[in-house]
Amino acid sequence: MTVTRRNRGKLSPARLGPRDVLHVGAAGLRSRPVRVVLSSLGIAIGIATMIAVVGISASSQAQLLRKLDALGTNMLVVTPGEEMFSGQDTKLPETAPGMVGQIKGVEQVGATGDVDHSARRSEKIDEDETNGITVKAAQGKLLETLRGTMRSGSWLNEATGRYPSVVLGHVTARRLGVTEPGQQVFIGGRYFTVTGILDPLPLAPEIERSALVGWDAAEQYLGFDGHPTSVYERSADGTVDAVRELLAPTVNPENPQAVAVTDPSAALQAKAATEGAFSTLLLGLGGIALLVGGVGVANTMIISVLERRHEIGLRRSLGATKGQIRVQFVAESLLLSGLGGLAGVALGAAATAVYASSGGMPWVVPPWAVGGGFGATLVIGTIAGLYPAVRAAHLSPTLALQTA
Amino acid sequence: MSTHEGLIGSAATSAATSTSASSSASASVRTVVELHGVTKEYAGGVAALRGVDLTVAEGELLGIVGPSGSGKSTLLHIVGTLDRPTAGSVAIAGHDISRLSDRALSALRAQHIGFVFQSFHLVSGVSARDNVAEGLLYSGLSRAERSRRAAEALDRVGLGDRMKHRPHELSGGQKQRVAIARAVVGEPDLLLADEPTGALDSASGEAVMALLHDLNQDGATIAVITHDTEIAARLPRQVRIRDGQVVADVGNAPVSDVGNEPMSDGTRCVAP
Repeated sequence: MTVTRRNRGKLSPARLGPRDVLHVGAAGLRSRPVRVVLSSLGIAIGIATMIAVVGISASSQAQLLRKLDALGTNMLVVTPGEEMFSGQDTKLPETAPGMVGQIKGVEQVGATGDVDHSARRSEKIDEDETNGITVKAAQGKLLETLRGTMRSGSWLNEATGRYPSVVLGHVTARRLGVTEPGQQVFIGGRYFTVTGILDPLPLAPEIERSALVGWDAAEQYLGFDGHPTSVYERSADGTVDAVRELLAPTVNPENPQAVAVTDPSAALQAKAATEGAFSTLLLGLGGIALLVGGVGVANTMIISVLERRHEIGLRRSLGATKGQIRVQFVAESLLLSGLGGLAGVALGAAATAVYASSGGMPWVVPPWAVGGGFGATLVIGTIAGLYPAVRAAHLSPTLALQTA
Repeated sequence: MSTHEGLIGSAATSAATSTSASSSASASVRTVVELHGVTKEYAGGVAALRGVDLTVAEGELLGIVGPSGSGKSTLLHIVGTLDRPTAGSVAIAGHDISRLSDRALSALRAQHIGFVFQSFHLVSGVSARDNVAEGLLYSGLSRAERSRRAAEALDRVGLGDRMKHRPHELSGGQKQRVAIARAVVGEPDLLLADEPTGALDSASGEAVMALLHDLNQDGATIAVITHDTEIAARLPRQVRIRDGQVVADVGNAPVSDVGNEPMSDGTRCVAP
């Protein structure tokens, strides 16, 4: 007989390799696929909720940042400040746009000047019904500076800027009921022909609510005084801070305090930050679902231990230590919740993808959310499996020999 | 009891001592099981075993026979190191189990003892070969080696052509042969078979007993626990248990007496 002598005199159990742990952990799952699906479903729903909540807010934030990127953060707006002593409204000098254009680094300049008239659909409407629409004179490369685009028609040019023609912001067009170029609006006692309608301008919402006429036409037909109310400039990215310093002294060297400089992209950046802050309430709901899922896994594991008393006894008789039985059931619990976690990550990512594509957003699922969610399932799996595993390990090995 | 002392030497727990001390046997024979005054009492004062002495030498094939409730199952648990006695000493393969931790007992079972159960306890949905390989899972052998030895063991029990069959595709007798292959795949010093034919029809039972005889011929030490005196009668040695005590320890010939003292040395024949 070939009796192999193994460590006679010293008895120490052999270690189970990682693959073997996986093997024994999966053994119980393979034979009960339906139960595996149902009990990991709770975990999957919890993780999916959390991933979707984080993913959707990250996607909308990414969309805003992408938009911001397209619009650029290198545009500054010069408006009249308040007179320091009198508190009166001040005016920008007529030369302001030209002066701004001289500053080193400035690439594009445009300006608007408020005109004290209202734009109406016809003369029969009362002069005071402004609909929240202002009439502005437009000068220079306003459209390029704002990176605006035309929804229809064309922007003011040398010729149309001199005649009673008008370009409407998209809000203005909607409020006046103007749908296409060629229609007319009534401004300051005469009809102006609409030559174009603008697309939305996220960096300049005031322009969206304006009716824009040419500088010359405004002076000629509407009694415009020629003082700009807003000067828009765009400079090279690296020079923005330097330009910001120079704008006020350049526009009004005598009284730089009477000039206000604002950065419209700052507001958008703040909005992006709030979009990125996900709803704690929804995240909490996901957490509760995850917790319930963990309880489900623990429950399944306890039942599994009860059902497999014979298998536990058999393994003990084959030489498994208590520790190895514990490891087996913790591994099973980890696999169970890990499967749920994987399914949850996939579901959450898919839900985010559906939401993002329907809203035209980029699809973003932050890796920290995936890692955190999956890590949470592993923690839950360990906790859920620990008690059943300890119970399994403490079962008497003689159980295997009991029939029935 | 002093039945085997002439053959096996004194109460030494080490196999080396017993082999060197053997006086009458021609070959040096190791002690695989050595029980002295083993008592097992359960909570409530029920005594399942009352002072059992039992010595099994290497290469023996014996039956532990008794009606249900006789204590033979408890004896099996204790010999199999699945349970500890309340009193008395137990040495398996030279190890005094009272001095072993639970971990060490597990290692002892993994290395020295193989079990065969009445209800097979095969893992459903897993091939015969993998079921047998499971018997080596806690041995520390590599996966490939376990699989290779499992195939060998299946060949040995005559199921070389059933490697990939799953338990539900096997007959009862085949299942029990798979279970036997699982028990012997680690080449244990002791094979414990608990009612191995209890769940089988008589033809399959015959085949399983024939297999156990074959394995014994090849050198395996086997203890068959059974209530079936017919099966026991065909085993070289029979230890009869009743009310927690050994009432007879006899050799080949069927013995009718149930006296307290077993036969003298001469009646027992040890397989060479």
